[in-house]
Amino acid sequence: MTLLDLIALSPILDLGAFSIVTMLVLAIRRHHAAIAVFSFVSCLLTLAILPWAATSTPRTVTALLIVDKYALLYMGLLLSATMVVISLSYRYLKLHFSEQEGVEEYYLLLLLATFGGLVLTASAHFVSFFLGLEVLGVSLCSLIGYLRTRRHPLEAAVKYLLLSISASAFLLFGMALLYFESGSMTFRGVGTVVERAQTVPGLWLGGFVLVLVGIALKLGLAPFHMWIPDVYQGAPTPITAYIATVSKGAVIALLLRFATDVGALKIDALAHLFGLLAVSSMVTGNVLALFQQNVKRLLAYSSIAHFGYLLVALLAGGSAAAEAVTFYVIAYCAMTLGAFGVVTVYSSERGDAERFEDYRGLFWTRPWLAAMLTLSLLSLAGIPVTAGFIGKFYAIAAGVDAGLWWLVLTLVGNSVISLYYYLRLIVTLFDDEPAPTTIPQGRAVQTTEAAGWTAVFSLGLVASIILLLGVYPEPLMEFIRDSVSNLLMVGMLRP
Amino acid sequence: MVLWLLILIPLLAAPLAWMGQQWSRHAARWIAIGALSIDLLLALLLWSQDHRFQDSGHGSWLLESQTNWIPLWGISLHLGLDGLSLVLILLTAFLGLIATVASWTEIQVRVGFFHCNVLLALGGVIGVFLAIDLFLFFFFWEVMLVPMYLLIAIWGHEQRRHASFKFFLFTQAGSLLLLVAIIALALLHQQASGRPSFDYADLMGLTLKNGMGWWLMLAFFIGFAVKLPAPPFHSWLPDTYTAAPTGASVILAGLLAKTGAYGLLRFTIPLFPDAISEFAPIAMGLGVMGILYGAVLACAQTDIKRLVAYSSISHMGFFLLGAFAGTELALQGAVMQLVAHGLSIGALFMLAGALQERLYTRDMRQMGGLWGAIPRVASMALFFALASLGLPGLANFIGEFLVLFGSFASQPFLTILASIGMVMAAIYSLAMVQRTFFGRKREARIERDLSNIAFGTLLLIAVLQVWLGLYPRPVLTTTMPVMETLIQPARPSSNLIHPPSEFLPSSNSFTSHVSAP
Repeated sequence: MTLLDLIALSPILDLGAFSIVTMLVLAIRRHHAAIAVFSFVSCLLTLAILPWAATSTPRTVTALLIVDKYALLYMGLLLSATMVVISLSYRYLKLHFSEQEGVEEYYLLLLLATFGGLVLTASAHFVSFFLGLEVLGVSLCSLIGYLRTRRHPLEAAVKYLLLSISASAFLLFGMALLYFESGSMTFRGVGTVVERAQTVPGLWLGGFVLVLVGIALKLGLAPFHMWIPDVYQGAPTPITAYIATVSKGAVIALLLRFATDVGALKIDALAHLFGLLAVSSMVTGNVLALFQQNVKRLLAYSSIAHFGYLLVALLAGGSAAAEAVTFYVIAYCAMTLGAFGVVTVYSSERGDAERFEDYRGLFWTRPWLAAMLTLSLLSLAGIPVTAGFIGKFYAIAAGVDAGLWWLVLTLVGNSVISLYYYLRLIVTLFDDEPAPTTIPQGRAVQTTEAAGWTAVFSLGLVASIILLLGVYPEPLMEFIRDSVSNLLMVGMLRP
Repeated sequence: MVLWLLILIPLLAAPLAWMGQQWSRHAARWIAIGALSIDLLLALLLWSQDHRFQDSGHGSWLLESQTNWIPLWGISLHLGLDGLSLVLILLTAFLGLIATVASWTEIQVRVGFFHCNVLLALGGVIGVFLAIDLFLFFFFWEVMLVPMYLLIAIWGHEQRRHASFKFFLFTQAGSLLLLVAIIALALLHQQASGRPSFDYADLMGLTLKNGMGWWLMLAFFIGFAVKLPAPPFHSWLPDTYTAAPTGASVILAGLLAKTGAYGLLRFTIPLFPDAISEFAPIAMGLGVMGILYGAVLACAQTDIKRLVAYSSISHMGFFLLGAFAGTELALQGAVMQLVAHGLSIGALFMLAGALQERLYTRDMRQMGGLWGAIPRVASMALFFALASLGLPGLANFIGEFLVLFGSFASQPFLTILASIGMVMAAIYSLAMVQRTFFGRKREARIERDLSNIAFGTLLLIAVLQVWLGLYPRPVLTTTMPVMETLIQPARPSSNLIHPPSEFLPSSNSFTSHVSAP
């Protein structure tokens, strides 16, 4: 390992070191605010190190990891999202925990989960892929069940655990088959076998499909989506936001690299499989979301649909696809954080504000919060002036460019369906307020309570990002185009 | 800059109107009126200045402004003003004022937010009329949608939730098809020349393979026809127009329908000349279908607002017939029809709103004999009913007459069918007046008549109707250069409609240039 390797690897090492320090500090002294600030600063420092790490990229560090601008871009996304989640969590945890209960490990687990995510973005080998995924999954599992005195979080944690285990099983079996056919554990090595042989061995295909099933389970693509609504609903809301953004973002980064390196989309059978996954995710997510009466479940189903849209972009292949997917993921993270952020801020100690009735007339009582939710939902629906529109524009452009007309038309049709349930929630916000007699006195005091300045600040930031990306996306587009160019030429850099 | 000012004045006044609520009860209304008046004056100023260019018969942009936006995709902030957009912007500002006046007494809760939405929607509409970059166009196309939706969903009548959803879903479905087609065009440009472009002038020069051109044209047509609306995409309209508050109905029928019409004239027809020549009979057939269908259903309505809504479908059918007839006369008539219909439908919705406010019902079976009680409403309603049925001497007549006259050459059979619509217009318009204002008086209570400001506004519209009916030349000459370019038989090799791009002013500036004498 040379110094340059270390520089390239510095973000991962940095966050790892900070996690250990957090653990040690916890052993000495517990203080909620201090730990929260420390974990926030850890992410911030790691974020600040990224440009420095970029000076030595692209670079393969051992056989396991490859650090290129693409990986660093996704690392930046994961770290920023983690920071937003941390700032949302502080008040939420204060509401739900008393001082003595020990809430500090929450932040440690967040850092560890993000650490796993960082490894995923840079992994080029089955070992790092698997390790990263497990670190992420195990930390998340404990985070989901962190409110251990409640029923729903525990149920959700068990569900997530089962999902994680089955995903790992599929992955391991698939990896074994791929290794058997190709004799290599690196993504590139797995791909070269098919390239050289000109035909696709059956076992190789089977192995890839099994790996894909594992990834689809983690991403919640239909028909592997059963866990999503329950876990989204049961988990503490900041963690729901975390699963939707950081966890899924890391896996999508990995999927994009894996599919590109292996050359999966050049194989017709696999391209059809991806198309099938995309269509079923879009349709299942959107149709089931129509019937939801719970905001968190609604957002859960909508996230299934959104990953269907993402797959349409991914299927296009080539640099257009990588750009479209990356932009979409960034936009999606911003708007999802916005939506779940509002749910977090609006929740009281009595429980999460997740029923539609809770939001009735919110615009007239807390206009900023409602405006933020409206903005996020419009962005999710892909209405202009928001990041979601540019994301959808990118996805459609990638699809049209590749001539995937049926998929694009399915996407368009699904966007219209999705609009219906977003509008249902939006119109609830603008409904007349419920008659004051139905609100107990205490509740009214509760709702006007301050949201906490950290949460307000981060939500404001998210809102401005959504708007900025919607109105002036050019700089980010350039940046993404520059970054993903690494991804596509990466094969030539292999030792 | 002036063009941006036209768009930005309402957009910037919008938050001001919202805040104005706190200062006084009518602050929001006055802010809206102020902003729209400035816009109207600005547009009138442009009109008076540019009069000398309009007779020259060459449709280049009178004013233009271009700034880079997303160069990676060939997207720029490109605005252009020509006769067609100028006329429609004048209409927008004017109808915006009418919508504000129409909601003066009707809207009493959340006044600030109401006017905020009105101004945002109008800003979007003006943007639509000015944008000549297709991405920017789509951007404005959608910007006007959300405030419109909120106007219906918050301040609408009984079925507002249902109506607002239907409105949003239908238009969004059309818009997304449009978006796909726009992106496909830009990418075709990339295949042809190596870089994507959303610019109108660039895309005009594109040669499309036959099948592709046909499909893209269809997407463009559907996207715009939903807004127009032409059957079979009209089913959102009666519900939405009926449930919307009066001000929003005026904007919906008077302006949003016109954005669809504008899109057809500006984009669908010139971008796909080959496909259009095959498709024109179908489009004209849809137009005639709209005329007859709207008229027949209007005859059967008992709800006065629904009646006006169906009559709107019928009138926009004339536009569709004229727009695709391919003769200059018919196109002129189609544009005239846009302006005339905007004025008459705005007034009719205002009157229907006034009736509802006084009687708490829109059901004509419960009205009758109101002439004596509210003479101002009644006389105005009679006047605009006559305008709507196409009485010679009023603006609607000019539009419909020119359309029928111009279309007869290409589609005599359809034109004859369409003229039946004019007869039916007489039936439903007069029946509406008859059932509402004449006959036995149903209710004894004395109603307030129109306020002076509302009555004055209606009188002003009436004067405009008479003026344009007797002397339609100002509108016709302003839009003539644009219409002439639409009927050029074959596609010019390079675009004659615009000066070549070297001739365009560089970014961030605008000029008005005189076209060749």
